[in-house]
Amino acid sequence: MSEKVLMKGNEALAESAIRAGCRFFFGYPITPQTELAAYMSKRMPKEGGTYLQAESEIAAINMVYGASAAGARVMTSSSSPGISLKTEGISYMIGADLPGVIINVQRGGPGLGGIQPSQSDYWQATRALGHGDGQIIVLAPSTVQEMADLAYGAFDLADQYRTPVMILADGMLGQMMEPVVLPERRDSLPEKPWAVTGHKGQRPHNVVNSLYLTADELERLNIERFERYEVIKRDEQRAECVMTEDADIVLVAFGASSRIARSAVVHAREKGIKAGLIRPITLWPFPKDAIEATVGTAKAYLSVEMNMGQMVDDVRLVVNGRTPVEFYGRTGGVIPTPAEVLAKIEEMNAELSAKGGE
Amino acid sequence: MAEDRKIIYQRPHALLPVNTNYCPGCPHGIVVRTVAEVLDELGIEGKTVGVAPVGCAVMAYDFFGCDMIEAAHGRAPAVATGCKRANPDNLVFAYQGDGDLASIGMAETVHAATRGENITVIFINNAIYGMTGGQMAPTSLPNQVTQTSPYGRDVSTAGYPIRVCELLSTLDGVALAQRVTVDTPKNVRAAKRAIKKAFQYQMDGVGYSIIEVVSTCPTNWGLTPQEAFEWMRTNMLPYYPLGVFRDVLAEGHESVAEAAIERAGDCPIVTEGGK
Amino acid sequence: MGATHNILLAGFGGQGVLFAGKVIATAGLIENRELSWLPSYGPEMRGGTANCSVVLSDEPIGSPLVTAPSELIVMNQPSFDKFCNAVVPGGVIVADATLVPNTAEIEGVKLCCIPATQMAEEAGLKGLANIICVGKLFAEVGFCDKETLFAAIDKCVPPRKAAMIEKNKQALEIGMNA
Repeated sequence: MSEKVLMKGNEALAESAIRAGCRFFFGYPITPQTELAAYMSKRMPKEGGTYLQAESEIAAINMVYGASAAGARVMTSSSSPGISLKTEGISYMIGADLPGVIINVQRGGPGLGGIQPSQSDYWQATRALGHGDGQIIVLAPSTVQEMADLAYGAFDLADQYRTPVMILADGMLGQMMEPVVLPERRDSLPEKPWAVTGHKGQRPHNVVNSLYLTADELERLNIERFERYEVIKRDEQRAECVMTEDADIVLVAFGASSRIARSAVVHAREKGIKAGLIRPITLWPFPKDAIEATVGTAKAYLSVEMNMGQMVDDVRLVVNGRTPVEFYGRTGGVIPTPAEVLAKIEEMNAELSAKGGE
Repeated sequence: MAEDRKIIYQRPHALLPVNTNYCPGCPHGIVVRTVAEVLDELGIEGKTVGVAPVGCAVMAYDFFGCDMIEAAHGRAPAVATGCKRANPDNLVFAYQGDGDLASIGMAETVHAATRGENITVIFINNAIYGMTGGQMAPTSLPNQVTQTSPYGRDVSTAGYPIRVCELLSTLDGVALAQRVTVDTPKNVRAAKRAIKKAFQYQMDGVGYSIIEVVSTCPTNWGLTPQEAFEWMRTNMLPYYPLGVFRDVLAEGHESVAEAAIERAGDCPIVTEGGK
Repeated sequence: MGATHNILLAGFGGQGVLFAGKVIATAGLIENRELSWLPSYGPEMRGGTANCSVVLSDEPIGSPLVTAPSELIVMNQPSFDKFCNAVVPGGVIVADATLVPNTAEIEGVKLCCIPATQMAEEAGLKGLANIICVGKLFAEVGFCDKETLFAAIDKCVPPRKAAMIEKNKQALEIGMNA
């Protein structure tokens, strides 16, 4: 096993990708993800890989498209406004069933927004990474260790399901250092018989394409892709549950905000309030099963996010009116404090007690 | 009997036996066939990957026998870059129209060229958006009537056309920039020689190459194929003259890298390296 | 040891507050504790104020952003003014008196003013006021073992600046004895 090292989240993402066999990185500078590109520019030449600073985010994602079509493990990274530019290429990757890993180190929006940490691209990541019917797998790390682990696993998921995978991080996770044990290097990678590598006269030509002018054919392909999505939803949901078995108030939070929510839950327990936390690790597929498992026992849910309330939609879809679902969030780059979240938990607890006493 | 026969003309192997979607009289068919002939003659179909972005040639992935990628509008040079970087031994070409290359994809075009990306771009310039039905293109001529310049392209508001080969030939990464046309058998043969040279340059690692084919759009110009060629000769060729705009080997250099150093003159960071 | 340290280091960009924070964080790494290091980032790094949060703990760390520090190192006046009242009761402030001329006692907080910048210059350790402050904070709260802190210097100084290792250690000693 590797030794424990102190690393920035952005650097852990990059190093872990290299260890997963990624040898192609196409990027464009934007705060707060730039350390990732800088790390790649330093490391890739030493690995015999390619670091290329593209002329734009749009070019970068299309280079990812080309390298992925050619069978390579490939990655790009950006932050919120840059991800918007990449959505065209992501949609094409979905349509052409191309694997690839896209990192979003989120900052506040909309527009140019700010550069402080945010989770306000949840809707974009889980609903609208480009036009058309389609989803991609979205992973939400909450520690630097998980930045490394999820980036590593993202390449396997991408190849297994032939889909882009997004790591939805944020400026806090990207910039902070924590101890991390890096994964072992991959020595063999999956075969990709569909890749365009030149047919060498040995097979019919391969075509990487998302254009289908016949409506029936496009519908058939979309239905097939959604059948694959059903498999992903069944097999790939991931969440961490903390003290949820007996919890009256179940917090739901991912990434950076889950760290704050966890502290608040611990403080609430110290005060005798039965709080728990469900931390989605996969945002798509959303970990419905973990939430469903608590619907019978939880008396209320609280979605804690660094935005104006986005994931709370998905929590409500699962809970489906059976239990109240509330929201607490800060936005614009403000990181909520455990005390603020605890105050909200106490307020909800008081309401529950009042109701219980009626 | 068979021994008496000599094949003098046949479908190139690199061209699949399918119907194209091109309009009658469209030079795309000539250019696609010419590219396929070159792939055959160089014996490289099996190691070639073509990139066909949005435009009239978007379905070229059905016509070429080599491996193919369909790309987003304008992004073919970026897609080709990713593909070529992943497998440098493949021959990678992009087949782009004027709206794709010189309008929505101009950034990708210029930057792939200036990086000296070792790819080949076949550029069809017919001064109009064909696939969407005849709108003004970045290469539409001054006063040219199109669906979106119904009173003729007014350069005071719509600006001037872009001469792509001239523009790109200023960039250090460009190994070969040549403009050809395919209106006569003689010119088709010249176009074929240019495409072959471009592919050869790529295989030899000389640098980025672009072959611009001045073409026509009989359908959207509202002319017969022959009238269209005549209009092209009368109006386009004076504005877009045929010729070689950059050829680093012919200029006596071994590669774009060497040519770039000479062009940089006394600039010390170029001649002596960083640090 | 044992207690959670919520340390905030603040000063001007270029004073090495991020590096000082990294030394403390690395001490936590060596002792296999839970730790986090979070810098301020963005335009304020370029000539403006810079700060970083370091948390050392035996429990998993929630927010790595320190808003209520138990320990505060301040290396300029604006940082003192901005953060001094955020320190929790029982906390410690180490202020570089050379650059923080105006301080005020805060009830329940121990204020340690040392002229770190001046001390660094007098000792021929220009630019190491940050590490002198770390030494002082160590002397006050002992956030790790002493040997660990010196080992952290070995780990944090990049190989191409190996000559700086001894100077950094000297700066630590000066701070510890200040």
